[in-house]
Amino acid sequence: MAERFRIAIVGSGPGGLSAAARAAERGESHVLLEAEPHLSNTIYRYQKGKYVMDEPGILPLRSPIPFVAGLRETILEAWDESSARLKVNVRHRHEVKSIQRRADGVFDLACTNGAKFEAQAVVLGIGLQGNLRKLGVAGEDLPFVQYQLDDPDAYEGETIVVVGAGDAAIENALALAKQNNVVLINRKDEFSRAKKGNEQAVLKAIEDGVIECYYNSAPERVEALNAGRKPGRMILSTDKGRAQILLDRVIARLGATAPRGFVEACGVTFPSKDPASVPAISPQYESNVKGLYIVGALGGYPLIKQAMNQGYEVVEYITGSVVEPADAPLLKAKFSGLGGFRSVDEALARIQKNVPVLSHITPLQMREFMLDSDIRTPAEGETIFARNDYTNSFYSIVEGEVRIVVEGQAASVVLRRGEFFGEMSLISGRRRSATVVAGRNCILVETPRRSMNRLISSVEAVKREIDRIFIVRAIQSRFAPEATHEQLADMAANATLVRYKAGDNVFQEGEVGDCLHLVRVGSLTISRNIGGKDVVLTYVAAGNYVGEMALLGESRRSATARAAIATETIRLDGDAFKRLLAKIPVLKLRLQKEYRQRTAANLAMQSAPEGGDIISFLMAQGAGEATDILLIDESLCVRCDNCEKACAETHGGTSRLDREAGPTFANVHVPTSCRHCEHPHCMKDCPPDALRRAPNGEVFIADNCIGCGNCERNCPYGVIHMASKPPKKPGLLQWLLFGRGPGPGEAPYDAGIKKDGQAKKAVKCDMCKDQAGGAACVRACPTGAAIRISPEEFPAYAQSRR
Amino acid sequence: MHESILTHARSRYLWVALALCLVSIGLYVWHDPDPVPNGGTWLGYTLGTIGALLIMWLLLFGVRKRSYSTSLGSTRGWLSAHIYLGTALILVALLHCGFQFGWNVHTLALVLMLLVIFSGFFGVYVYLRYPALMTRNRENATRDAMLEEIAEIDQNALALADGIAPEIHAVVLRSIENTRLGGGVWTQLRARDGSDIAIARIRDAIAQRNTQLGAKPAPLKAGQTIIAMVDFLADQADDKQTEALRRLIDMLSRKRSLATRVARDIQYQAIMEIWLYVHVPLSITLLAALLTHILSVFFYW
Ligand SMILES: Cc1cc2nc3c(=O)[nH]c(=O)nc-3n(C[C@H](O)[C@H](O)[C@H](O)COP(=O)(O)OP(=O)(O)OC[C@H]3O[C@@H](n4cnc5c(N)ncnc54)[C@H](O)[C@@H]3O)c2cc1C
Ligand code: HEM
Ligand code: SF4
Ligand code: SF4
Repeated sequence: MAERFRIAIVGSGPGGLSAAARAAERGESHVLLEAEPHLSNTIYRYQKGKYVMDEPGILPLRSPIPFVAGLRETILEAWDESSARLKVNVRHRHEVKSIQRRADGVFDLACTNGAKFEAQAVVLGIGLQGNLRKLGVAGEDLPFVQYQLDDPDAYEGETIVVVGAGDAAIENALALAKQNNVVLINRKDEFSRAKKGNEQAVLKAIEDGVIECYYNSAPERVEALNAGRKPGRMILSTDKGRAQILLDRVIARLGATAPRGFVEACGVTFPSKDPASVPAISPQYESNVKGLYIVGALGGYPLIKQAMNQGYEVVEYITGSVVEPADAPLLKAKFSGLGGFRSVDEALARIQKNVPVLSHITPLQMREFMLDSDIRTPAEGETIFARNDYTNSFYSIVEGEVRIVVEGQAASVVLRRGEFFGEMSLISGRRRSATVVAGRNCILVETPRRSMNRLISSVEAVKREIDRIFIVRAIQSRFAPEATHEQLADMAANATLVRYKAGDNVFQEGEVGDCLHLVRVGSLTISRNIGGKDVVLTYVAAGNYVGEMALLGESRRSATARAAIATETIRLDGDAFKRLLAKIPVLKLRLQKEYRQRTAANLAMQSAPEGGDIISFLMAQGAGEATDILLIDESLCVRCDNCEKACAETHGGTSRLDREAGPTFANVHVPTSCRHCEHPHCMKDCPPDALRRAPNGEVFIADNCIGCGNCERNCPYGVIHMASKPPKKPGLLQWLLFGRGPGPGEAPYDAGIKKDGQAKKAVKCDMCKDQAGGAACVRACPTGAAIRISPEEFPAYAQSRR
Repeated sequence: MHESILTHARSRYLWVALALCLVSIGLYVWHDPDPVPNGGTWLGYTLGTIGALLIMWLLLFGVRKRSYSTSLGSTRGWLSAHIYLGTALILVALLHCGFQFGWNVHTLALVLMLLVIFSGFFGVYVYLRYPALMTRNRENATRDAMLEEIAEIDQNALALADGIAPEIHAVVLRSIENTRLGGGVWTQLRARDGSDIAIARIRDAIAQRNTQLGAKPAPLKAGQTIIAMVDFLADQADDKQTEALRRLIDMLSRKRSLATRVARDIQYQAIMEIWLYVHVPLSITLLAALLTHILSVFFYW
């Protein structure tokens, strides 16, 4: 028989727990269903002793359970204590597998353990961690089969089968192999999904016989054994037939299934296929299924405090109370500068009415959007951003107008109320292509990159509108600033967006060319087949075009264009382009001039093909997505490590660069150091949005980092570390004259002191943006071995190294 | 792009140094003191002051090198100037003293200065030559990676030897204990490690084993290579342990080549650092001698 409650809360993370606690406090009939035997699995699984941070600091906490920044253990203890005190009706080991809304509006909830519940309202707070994927074969739940590994050192002398080929599986296998006999099961014949470093390490371990690996193999079943020395065995199907492994333990690291499938099965719709999109919910957190509410990370709010506030508020809404959301004062403060402000809702509506691109989004999304955004009221003539700034925020014009000053042109373009700008840098990840100056009575909304990207990925209409404008503006700014919109309309209408994976050909040497490509995201290499060998001639960054040669005379492609990284181009139809050429004669002259320069540069490169090898090498190291990369000439580097010392000395004692690690080709060494990517992978998943880009392009980590380690995992180049602040050192003179403390470049006093309770945060290269003289590593190198260059300089660099 | 210490800023400081030399020579030739040129003339004083200031400034390079947040030029630029102006100092000092030497503190200062400078020449030579050698020797691996691989080979070799015979195991164990990379300054500079001894021991052990097996002692010629030994094994021993022995030898040869590379790596690094242990202490001594020289000149004139 199904138990009946007014509110069923699924998931006891900060969102769900706070909701249940509020319901308990108000004496509402409720049940809290949690899959695990403890509360808040996500936080439970943080590293022991992790310092949990309570960002955003300005947001007040509204919940019956306490939360202040502190150790994971302290927080979990306090939550256990208050949930017991408030008599929260929590059921552990109840994993909900389905939620159905009946015709009478009551929800049926079913758990994997067979328990059934009925509820009038459901609060879904299951977070984003998802369910760990299981083996999917008989025996997957045996006691010696596990899907996580907290402490590899806890096992010794066992035979352990690790299933999986991703980073987690590899890292576990390598760590376990130190004191165990490890067998790795890989469904494929390679480890291409893993990071480079992990891939190399595991291949080496396999080659050295430290780890035994079964390729092209999959588990068939796992069985417990009663006799013999080993508690179990796994039957494997391999491409050479069946195999059996006697074992002590199975550790399967198969990733997690995103909760999206489950949520969709509950009837909730997502606005787009993009994995980054979040379900649309009302300002009361209600989804499209009436009575089903979504709080916390699942709804797009990735911080603990936000989740807790929402848990509290959602119970208020369900029980019919009216509360002002906890963020209302923040919004009010934001709008106070706005003339004629009456209420938050009215102000939000006004912005949506004035800016058509924002009219497609839900009120809750709009709140979130404005919480992240800033309202700016620049004085007339003030520069909003300058050409070549490396900012990437997006601006909507709520009132007034702005002027766009185009390079080399007297008249500037005027944008008015309702239009937007800044989308170029947002999309391409490159510097601002023009300067924008405020006009009269100008009111702007400035939105940071992350919020804008989230909006673009969750609201199709926003994406479409921005792409449309992007194409027109890109064509205009790159080819024909003097052309009118009408002249360009024909070409814009025939333009399409094309995506390429790294290594895909955009076009091939010898093909008949019928179009040209304007690179919008990513970069290309241009190569020619010379004597049977692909010789890279040059590198084309976003914002430039390729393929015009075939339209200007030669009809066949004279070279191959290949995506160096994931790339998106605007494909411009050849006929439409020729028509435009006919209309604007100066355009033809301009293109021909560039064409001649390019041909000359290509010829120079062709005569020294070794240069091309250096470009290829750099591209293979991912330099194609860099904006600034540290290179060391190993024929000059005397390995004094002064560069690392300088980095540590100017950055709180930890060097953010590892000089020695990294590959070398023709004496060009790419050390492990941040490349300040165009589209930084590290920014992808940062809960407090602490990864930022400074106006000069430096990707840096702001103080509100919560130390979750996502960026460390997401950076493919392994340049982010977690570190706590070391104690201060005495000055140079004190060391020199009195021998006080550790000297310059030496390790800090005692790394051990007060380790616990100190917040570990992510640290990375910030290109010394706060140092007057620029990058300390380069300035400290006594021999001139270390330099920083941007990819635009690669061709010249390659030639200089002949 | 990369610029070396010699070509920094189109060798700007080379020209500065040359100019300094030319002016000094010009003045020296034009100036005709009575009776002979020496430190006591006005030109002597001028050149002496320039020289002393130069030395002070050259010494300051050590401070500049460690001032990581200064925006006072790049370290490379400073070093480039250090080298060219430091070299020009030879001429300035010689003209300052008017080529007058004696067994006194003044000449001591001069000699010390020349020693510092010549050690500097050696340093420049080393800085320009050794980095590329080091890269080539490493073959794209880091030293840590090579050391790790050696440790792994040791483990594997031990496990393998364990399955062959106790005496082979003992030999491998001893050879591991005897592998010592790095070590004292002298060992570092000689680039030796214990591997050769280890391989020789194994060779002896194999010979010994064969004797025990009843085979004729191998006619081990001096300079016999490992490859030849493997062939020899294949001929002589016929049990299944032969294969294991072969692999053991493979492992140990790999280890030897790695150990040689690591030892050479350490050697290169040591050479790139060791000269500074002459250059810097001597320059401090020079400072002391220079102060004595100046004091004695003023007090005992
Ligand atoms: C390593 C790391 C460090 C972090 N550090 C911080 C920090 O310092 N400060 C900060 O503010 N934020 C931090 N975050 C983010 C924060 O943890 C999340 O934003 C927050 O936990 C989200 O809360 P939630 O309630 O939405 O979901 P979660 O906390 O993810 O909770 C979901 C719960 O639902 C349960 N569940 C899932 N599916 C089911 C089901 N079908 N049936 C029943 N139960 C289910 C899970 O077991 C889990 O207990 C960090 C995140 C990570 C990964
Ligand atoms: C009297 C003259 C000189 C003095 C007092 C002097 C002093 C110094 C000092 C104090 C350092 C700093 C070392 C350290 O702190 O690590 C140094 C470094 C160095 N000097 Fe000199 N020097 C002199 C002349 C020269 C000359 C003539 C040359 C070359 C032709 C030279 C080449 C170097 C080099 C290559 C370094 C090493 C840079 C590094 O790796 O840090 N020096 N010198
Ligand atoms: S930290 Fe990594 S992902 Fe982020 S910008 Fe640097 S190299 Fe790119
Ligand atoms: S400072 Fe220059 S010479 Fe020294 S280790 Fe770094 S790159 Fe090499």
